Amino acid sequence: MSNGKRIGALTTLAGTIVASSATQGAVLPDDRADAMYHQYDGGGVTIDGPSLLVRKKFAEKYSASASYYMDMVSSASIDVISTASPYKEERTQGGIAFDALQGKTQYSVSYALSDENDYTANTASLDVSQDLFGDLTTVSFGFSQGWDEVRKRGDNAFEEQVDRRNYRLGVTQILTPKLMATLDYEVITDEGFLNNPYRSVRYLDESSGVGYSYQPEVYPQTRTSNAAGITARYYLPYRASVHGGYRWYTDTWGIDAHTVSVGYTHPWGPHWILEAGYRWYDQSAADFYSDLFPRADAQNFLARDKELSTFHNQMLSFGATYELPALGWKRIRRSTVNVFVDHIQYDYEDFRDVTKGGAPGEEPLYGFDANVVRVFFSGWF
Amino acid sequence: MRKPSRLFLLACALPLAGGCSNVEPWVKPYERQNFADVIMAPERDPVAGSYLNHVFEAREGARGATGSHGGGCGCN
Repeated sequence: MSNGKRIGALTTLAGTIVASSATQGAVLPDDRADAMYHQYDGGGVTIDGPSLLVRKKFAEKYSASASYYMDMVSSASIDVISTASPYKEERTQGGIAFDALQGKTQYSVSYALSDENDYTANTASLDVSQDLFGDLTTVSFGFSQGWDEVRKRGDNAFEEQVDRRNYRLGVTQILTPKLMATLDYEVITDEGFLNNPYRSVRYLDESSGVGYSYQPEVYPQTRTSNAAGITARYYLPYRASVHGGYRWYTDTWGIDAHTVSVGYTHPWGPHWILEAGYRWYDQSAADFYSDLFPRADAQNFLARDKELSTFHNQMLSFGATYELPALGWKRIRRSTVNVFVDHIQYDYEDFRDVTKGGAPGEEPLYGFDANVVRVFFSGWF
Repeated sequence: MRKPSRLFLLACALPLAGGCSNVEPWVKPYERQNFADVIMAPERDPVAGSYLNHVFEAREGARGATGSHGGGCGCN
């Protein structure tokens, strides 16, 4: 479980890839194949691997897709070097999806399975979208159900369950000949074993040489979140576009978050598309989070996961797409190669770097930079 | 007999809303060529876009409302 929280996101990733067309209205997605290499490197963690997607229409009314994704994790994160040993692991996921078009209504169903040595996640999804008002408006809604199994290395008796449900609603509106906007709203509920069986919280302990000790974290058994986002995309007077978005988030653990993003897309010559973007994210801490509890068992729920702390991050993105000349392959009518690079800077406001030393609770605040690289080939057939 | 779920009823009812398509569109079909341009696509590359959402969910407390199958949780 990569010293972390649940890996259900992997499953939702597969679901996203295979069924992301659900919100695009009554047009089946293009026949295409994508092969991507991805890498995340930051905070002592390197994750890389391949990602594949194939989509094909048939009988003009149906579309099927399949995806495969792999993470190869090498972790010496601050959590790991504080309380455990660096490790390596792999996780894989596969997904299938089926779309059907009936008039102006599109139905999508998908299933995804994510598996690693100590976590298995199954997710099934249903999405429906409908074009309205002369196709100026697309309304979509969807539901996902997830069943996860949490295990623990070195403890064969440990086996816990997590039940996940996502309810989502979206409206995409063409507002003017150059402007479109999308509203999204999503409720997610989790129930079961939601913390990490490996992670610990620290508390003041004068009997310890360093002044503190660790105990296992304890999370609530339920979590419900609400998120609403708006994005808009505008076609400039010359051939280029800008987009911007905002997302509001709140949950029953006390986390409130805000995300703002902007971007610019600019074709260059007949073959290139260049883009750049900026994203800002900030959040408040969960009610039961503390970097340093005053004593052991200080409260019912205990967390020292830095993803539940107060922090913000900023991301700069650059991307280039090159449309390849005709390859001469009978089945490939168009193809591109793409490189996207993102640089993210994380700054934590109440999570301290215990590896730097200092009096308990007065260590320097933690922060790190990460780079995300995506290189992929896309072919349309 | 068990009642059908609200979600199922909504799924059945949504196509009926197609009757609303009689509303006169204020952006005519011939005025929509900009939206056919690839640079206006909300999600031009599904594999790459989904991966970035996965990175966000793994490193941040927030989740969902990303316009696709977001949500779930984070892993670090």
